[in-house]
Amino acid sequence: MASSKNILKMENITMQFGGVVAVDNLSLEVNEGEIVSLIGPNGAGKTTAFNVVTGVYAPTNGAVWFNGNKIVENHPRRKMKKLYAGKDKTVFNGHLEPTPDKITKLGIARTFQNIRLWKSQTVFDNVLIAKHLRRTSNVFSATFRLNWKEEKKQREETAELLKILGLYDVKDELCTSLPYGLQRRLEIARALATNPTLLLLDEPAAGMNPQETADLTDFIRRIRTDFHLSVFMIEHHMDLVMDISDRIYVLNFGALIAQGTPDEIQNNPDVIAAYLGEAEEDTDFSDKPYAEEEEAE
Amino acid sequence: MENTNKKRDLFIGFGLLALLFIVLVILEQTVRPTSILFTVLKKGAIYALVAVSMNLLNGFTGLFSLGQAGFMLLGAYTYAIFTIPVEARAQVYQYFDGGAIQFTLPVIVAMILAGLVAAFFAYLIGLPVLHLKSDYLAIATLGFAEILRAIFQWDKLGVITNGSNLLRKYPVFKTSTFYFAISGICIALIVLLINSTYGRAFKAIRDDEVAAEAMGINLAHHKRMAFTISSFFAGISGALLAMFQTTIQASQFKSAMTYEILLIVVIGGIGSVSGSCISSFLFIACSEWWLRFLDNANLNFTSIQILRPGFRKVVFSVVIMCIVLFYQKGIMGDKEFSIKGIAGFFKKLKSKRNK
Repeated sequence: MASSKNILKMENITMQFGGVVAVDNLSLEVNEGEIVSLIGPNGAGKTTAFNVVTGVYAPTNGAVWFNGNKIVENHPRRKMKKLYAGKDKTVFNGHLEPTPDKITKLGIARTFQNIRLWKSQTVFDNVLIAKHLRRTSNVFSATFRLNWKEEKKQREETAELLKILGLYDVKDELCTSLPYGLQRRLEIARALATNPTLLLLDEPAAGMNPQETADLTDFIRRIRTDFHLSVFMIEHHMDLVMDISDRIYVLNFGALIAQGTPDEIQNNPDVIAAYLGEAEEDTDFSDKPYAEEEEAE
Repeated sequence: MENTNKKRDLFIGFGLLALLFIVLVILEQTVRPTSILFTVLKKGAIYALVAVSMNLLNGFTGLFSLGQAGFMLLGAYTYAIFTIPVEARAQVYQYFDGGAIQFTLPVIVAMILAGLVAAFFAYLIGLPVLHLKSDYLAIATLGFAEILRAIFQWDKLGVITNGSNLLRKYPVFKTSTFYFAISGICIALIVLLINSTYGRAFKAIRDDEVAAEAMGINLAHHKRMAFTISSFFAGISGALLAMFQTTIQASQFKSAMTYEILLIVVIGGIGSVSGSCISSFLFIACSEWWLRFLDNANLNFTSIQILRPGFRKVVFSVVIMCIVLFYQKGIMGDKEFSIKGIAGFFKKLKSKRNK
């Protein structure tokens, strides 16, 4: 929108598990400052696409570029190498060996479809631990508290982040004792603590009621401007998606079937067919909930 | 307010530690040195250290490893080999022409070296095995410990390890304050590590590996670090054990030893340093001292026919089963021993009574 510089570019990504093609030749771009959504029926390969970007899976084919640097490419031997990966290299030299931690260090943070907080930790510690990756201390200086300045700064930053996101009042509570909506918010807070420039949200509104969803919409907008983020998200709530997205990509059976602004997507016959089923065929029951939401639009 | 409270707690904690040491010194002056009390205290201190080091791995990093006896063996042997006086070597290595090593290191240097050797081997074995999950890691490390035990009894290495014969005549410390000081320092270091940013990362790995990796924590690096550090302290406790026993032999570092340590960790509470310390003293006291009377059919006042040598082990097992049944999370759970906690406990008791 505002700037055309793309921050994330997926190029011909194909991800195959045995005979199943989960993602089929997917190419997409996220520009700086944009909120881009990836939608599609269940099992369309959205989360797999996320996992390719974050280095969980090595793609069967294709490459991912972040800020103009190639961060992921098809690398059949990667899995073997990962097991014996040596020192922590922030810059990929020579060949790419992306692991999720390296990708996060580059500035891509993510949340999970099913909340994955560190369950035995307090709200404060959950965010504080996420600051670990920006450390400059080694294990000796950390043990003997020679890094107390950094530690203090991390704690201050964490407190500030929690204040901005409205979680400061519950900072000493165990994260599992929070209500569902706040746990989601905490997961986003934790992702923000890693100082990302691109935030990947995997179904942030899953299981939320309409009021919570509306709050979340404002929340995502706010953090986008406050933290100068680009947001790339997977979502099923069509209200949220149509309201917030600058652009939308639609996946079906791993393949991209449409892309464009929310208005274009809403009127695209292919998308309607994918969600509602073809007129002649009987509809697939698994698509039903989304069909209803589409009608609600 | 919060800060002053913290400072006060720290102050009281140090005060209690100082008190403990004073009591220990007084005990050493008054009780006769052959008393079983000192055996329990020394062995308890050693086991506390190794239990805490195992807890660092099992309780705080979530790596289920059973190699602790192997790393203790490495530490014990390293200490013994490098500190036997040169003039005593001919006698100790009588079947191997006095052995290959003909120099001695100062005690403290040898102890640190014991830890480093254990850590080095842990690093090497960690490269291939640390990507294994839970039970498989336990099997691999257990196997490693058993292999070490076999290798150290191998005749061909006899010039260094003295084969399957005893190592002895190395310097030992008789005072239990020494054991307390060394293991106290080591446990303090582990606690400092656990509360540092790295310790928090370990806990994150324990709670959710996938999330930890997604938040930028390098799993391989951190797991290897926890494994190496844990083995370092296991090595030092091995050196302490060598001193305590005055002689060592590879055949005593059986997997049963690892299970004993694991039992201490579980009884104390997985994820609680103070739990491990408390339970190691209780464990050693029970197995060495308090249940001794069960081995003897003729008590002072009466004689019970069912009591016979070995009977204490039966009772001991029952006691352990009861503890595991009634305290499923161990004595301390994953909480730490704290002044605040005790104060809270008494307050609760009081309010209950008032009701």
